[in-house]
Amino acid sequence: MRRPALLAQLAAPCALVVAVALLGTLVSRSSEGYFVDSLVKVAIVVALYVFIGNSGVLSFGHVSFVALGAWTAGVLSVPTAEKPAIMPNLAHFLRGTTVGNVPSLLLAALAGGVFALVVGLALMRLSGLAAGIATFGVLEITHNVLRYYEKIGPGLNTFSSVPETTGLWQASIGALIAIGVAFAYQRSRFGRMLRATREDAPAASAVGISVYRQRLGAFVLSGVLAGLAGGLYVHLLPMNTESLYLDLTFVTLAMLVVGGATSLWGAVVGALAVSALDSFLAQAENGVKVFGGTLDLPAGTRLVVVGVLMALVLILRPAGLTGGREFSLPRWRRP
Amino acid sequence: MILGILNVDWQTLADALALGAVYALMAVGIGLVFGVLRLVNFAYGQLVMAGAYALAFASQWNWPRWAGILLCFAIVLALSLVMDRLVFRPLRTQSPAVMLVATFAVAFLLQSVALLWFGPLGKIASSLAPLNRPVVISGVDIRKIAIVAVVVAVLCLVAVQLLLARTTVGLQMRAAAMDFRTARMLGVRANRVIGGAVLISGALAAVVAIMLTVQTPLVTPDFALRDTIVVLAGVVLGGLNRLVPATLGGFAIGFASGLLGGALPTTQSQYLPSILFAAVILVLLIRPNGLFTRGRESLERV
Repeated sequence: MRRPALLAQLAAPCALVVAVALLGTLVSRSSEGYFVDSLVKVAIVVALYVFIGNSGVLSFGHVSFVALGAWTAGVLSVPTAEKPAIMPNLAHFLRGTTVGNVPSLLLAALAGGVFALVVGLALMRLSGLAAGIATFGVLEITHNVLRYYEKIGPGLNTFSSVPETTGLWQASIGALIAIGVAFAYQRSRFGRMLRATREDAPAASAVGISVYRQRLGAFVLSGVLAGLAGGLYVHLLPMNTESLYLDLTFVTLAMLVVGGATSLWGAVVGALAVSALDSFLAQAENGVKVFGGTLDLPAGTRLVVVGVLMALVLILRPAGLTGGREFSLPRWRRP
Repeated sequence: MILGILNVDWQTLADALALGAVYALMAVGIGLVFGVLRLVNFAYGQLVMAGAYALAFASQWNWPRWAGILLCFAIVLALSLVMDRLVFRPLRTQSPAVMLVATFAVAFLLQSVALLWFGPLGKIASSLAPLNRPVVISGVDIRKIAIVAVVVAVLCLVAVQLLLARTTVGLQMRAAAMDFRTARMLGVRANRVIGGAVLISGALAAVVAIMLTVQTPLVTPDFALRDTIVVLAGVVLGGLNRLVPATLGGFAIGFASGLLGGALPTTQSQYLPSILFAAVILVLLIRPNGLFTRGRESLERV
């Protein structure tokens, strides 16, 4: 492929992220949150894409890596003085340890990666429905344990007092890192081998590619990115186990599918498009002025609209808005 | 004697049997549609939820019991036909993964619609509450619903079995489940077979809605969501490719979850989902094609 075309494939999603961040600086303080949130969603969806998009295997379990990342970064960055109030049953070694912003994010990424490795070693042997259900099982187990095991976090309570360091800067850097890593991976020989197994697994193993190993590699890499995104997320807003469960799984999968699961461009476009719609509807649920009239939607409209959108895209355009292709510059026809 | 070791009384055992029976019905509902469409219907729980809301509204309007049950069947059957027409039919040729994600979307859509229309607090379906009272059988209190659920489930399973074995539609359905394309070439009409499977599956969802509302009368938008997830795990665990293993899987996971929920002390039973799903993952690793299936199919078909 020609170099400018290749460069455009990386530059386009990055430019989109930067544009959203710049737009975010222009709006009011209260709507800035929506922009930051959409950038964190980009990081999560790109993490999902690294595995699902390249391998073609469905995973309902990635939010568990996001959740573990969030828990790691959250527990480690609540100030020591406030820990007993929020997490009275915290294990001893966590009680006295507090790290800074960047180390907490790195540890979140590490935790996500290690968890994905442990899970993946067992689960990557499965495919199809069994893989879907097993990853769902991982999500259920993670949610269940984080909810009740109070030695490693706040349990049922909300994670308050985590320093809110994820602003436009941190979120866009996180999203850009995720995009960069995903791009480097899909251009590498490992990424190409995994994509070969996606297109035709028997043929790929016939030429000597280990389907299991390639899937495991992508799974761990996407676990690292998901953990990082979880760290970004917990630094953005106070959360509890319910905000890292089925709704987030649904919304992020919807973003990936709506954008087009088989390309990085699709993941980024899908995340930002659905986020934009979702934020607009969230505003509209509180009443918003559009074209002179006031639009006031009842609470709960958001998920209905996102659900309808996702179903429509799947039915009318199963490859997603981008058709599952990478960004390409319009071609000039030479006379 | 074994019960004594496990610290389980007869009442827990009866409840566990009842839960297993209800889950077995759900498994049949999911398995039938999978047989003809190769589609795992994640939105099955929302059919049950719709039926439960029908019952709740019927009891709020003080309708007689039979009218409520009739309304429940009508709503669920109508909704499953609409779902088939609007979602399943356009997606028929897509890959199983796309269809799974699509039904996932439908499940969330229906749940949010329920949230929007009926609010998060829930409604009470109370017309069948008398079934919750216990009867005494040789000194043991057993809730009537446990007996009713087991009997109804057995009757439904026998009815479905007769339908599949003795009628033309049933024969066509089994043929379609085995090889859809060949069945069509031999003159089986696709829409008729799929419509039949969807209707039976919807009727079973209505029955499940009735059973579940007796046990938990509070109907919320996420009614039966958790049950569906557990049943799906059970169905895949048993083996989705054939109906009997799928049903056994559904029953097994319901029975196990009822038994463990009753036997474990509260400090441990809050981890029940973890135990259940860890077991499911373990079994899937050892037997990816299902626990109750014979022989091995090749993992990847060329």
